[in-house]
Amino acid sequence: MKQSFTILAGAVVAVAMAGTVIAQSDGDKAAEAAQDAREAQMDLYAFNLGLLGDMAKGAVPYDAAAAQAAAENLAALSALDQSRLWPEGSGEMSIETRAKVDIWDDMDDFTAKADDLMKAAAAMAEVAGTGLEAVQGQMGALGGACGACHKAYRAPES
Amino acid sequence: MRILRWIVGLAVLAALAGWGLSAPRPLPDDALAGLDGDVTRGKAVFDAGGCASCHSAEGAEGAARLVLSGGRAFASPFGTFYAPNISSDPERGIGGWGAQDLANAMMRGVSPDGAHYYPAFPYTSYIRANLQDVVDLHAYLATLPADATPSLAHDVGFPFNIRRSLGVWKWLYLRDDWIVAAELTGEEARGRYLAEALGHCGECHSPRGALGGLVKARWLAGAPNPSGRGTIPNITPGALDWSVADIAAYLETGFTPDYDSAGGHMAEVVANFAQLTDADRQAVAAYLKRVAPVE
Repeated sequence: MKQSFTILAGAVVAVAMAGTVIAQSDGDKAAEAAQDAREAQMDLYAFNLGLLGDMAKGAVPYDAAAAQAAAENLAALSALDQSRLWPEGSGEMSIETRAKVDIWDDMDDFTAKADDLMKAAAAMAEVAGTGLEAVQGQMGALGGACGACHKAYRAPES
Repeated sequence: MRILRWIVGLAVLAALAGWGLSAPRPLPDDALAGLDGDVTRGKAVFDAGGCASCHSAEGAEGAARLVLSGGRAFASPFGTFYAPNISSDPERGIGGWGAQDLANAMMRGVSPDGAHYYPAFPYTSYIRANLQDVVDLHAYLATLPADATPSLAHDVGFPFNIRRSLGVWKWLYLRDDWIVAAELTGEEARGRYLAEALGHCGECHSPRGALGGLVKARWLAGAPNPSGRGTIPNITPGALDWSVADIAAYLETGFTPDYDSAGGHMAEVVANFAQLTDADRQAVAAYLKRVAPVE
């Protein structure tokens, strides 16, 4: 008797907990999944930028094929369809993220800044295999495109 | 009776001293004698000085950063300051200023009509500038677009709204000596000039005391963000372990050694430093290595 009561009570608690989780976070879960995907994309940017940037500042020797491959990765990453990455309710007011809600207040500008990155990455992919100086010459434009968006739409680290 | 007379006498003396202490102190009238402005050099001073970061409109990018219409808000414990219009408009901007007016503003914090400016305008750094650079900057500013946006009044409470009191503040805090006073190489000294004078790095990266004066013992050792969120990092060798090449690359592209990128106001600073030469960015990096390490 006592045992079945414990099981019953446990089941009630479990159901209640599951209910709360579902009730509070159906939207949050989608937002958090988008946030995870955004971070993954940023990591891939950084990974490929890292090779080009390290070459540009002389930390690793220039290698035309590797530079070309990294630049093409960047161009491909920046051209991925992002429509599901930035759902409403995935800003800093809703979930753990540094994405400012200004993104959704000015989606046209946000999209324009993403286009600027796509152009800068394409320009790097045009020349990355042709020599170290070309890579050095394009790093500033890539950095400017990243910075323009971060300046406007990323909250400070707290 | 005699004591009372003494007390009154001392009070009058103190008031006179305070009035004298708080008086604006412009440069000598002939400070710029023999100096001619050069527009090309002036642009480099403009970029190194970061004028556009504060005096362009909020969110301005590209060519719009050269329209110095003002209006950006700067929060502080003393109130909110609004960057004024310093475009070449003769009425709303500073198109009517001579080079001497600009030098008094930047290097003494004194307006053409003899009032003190608030040190949200970093004359506390610009005081270390070369007069030639200010004259060159004056020539360059005249080539930028005019804009008729009126400047906003600062939102500052008592007693800080009494401009004359800033004279006492200046007496306490306005100094023209270098912070890093060690023997430096030519490159490091150039970096010091860019960082301590024009670039005014210390204004954000150093902490401030109760009255808003910079704490020089913790030069560039980081500070709370005056906007209220996050912190401005410690960039002394005690905390920043980036190489000279890393720092120079960051100032050009905004990329950290981990390939995160600068955001916030630092993205503005990078936009300015990207316009400078490689040699100047290297110089700032070399200087940072000579700053006293603070953990």
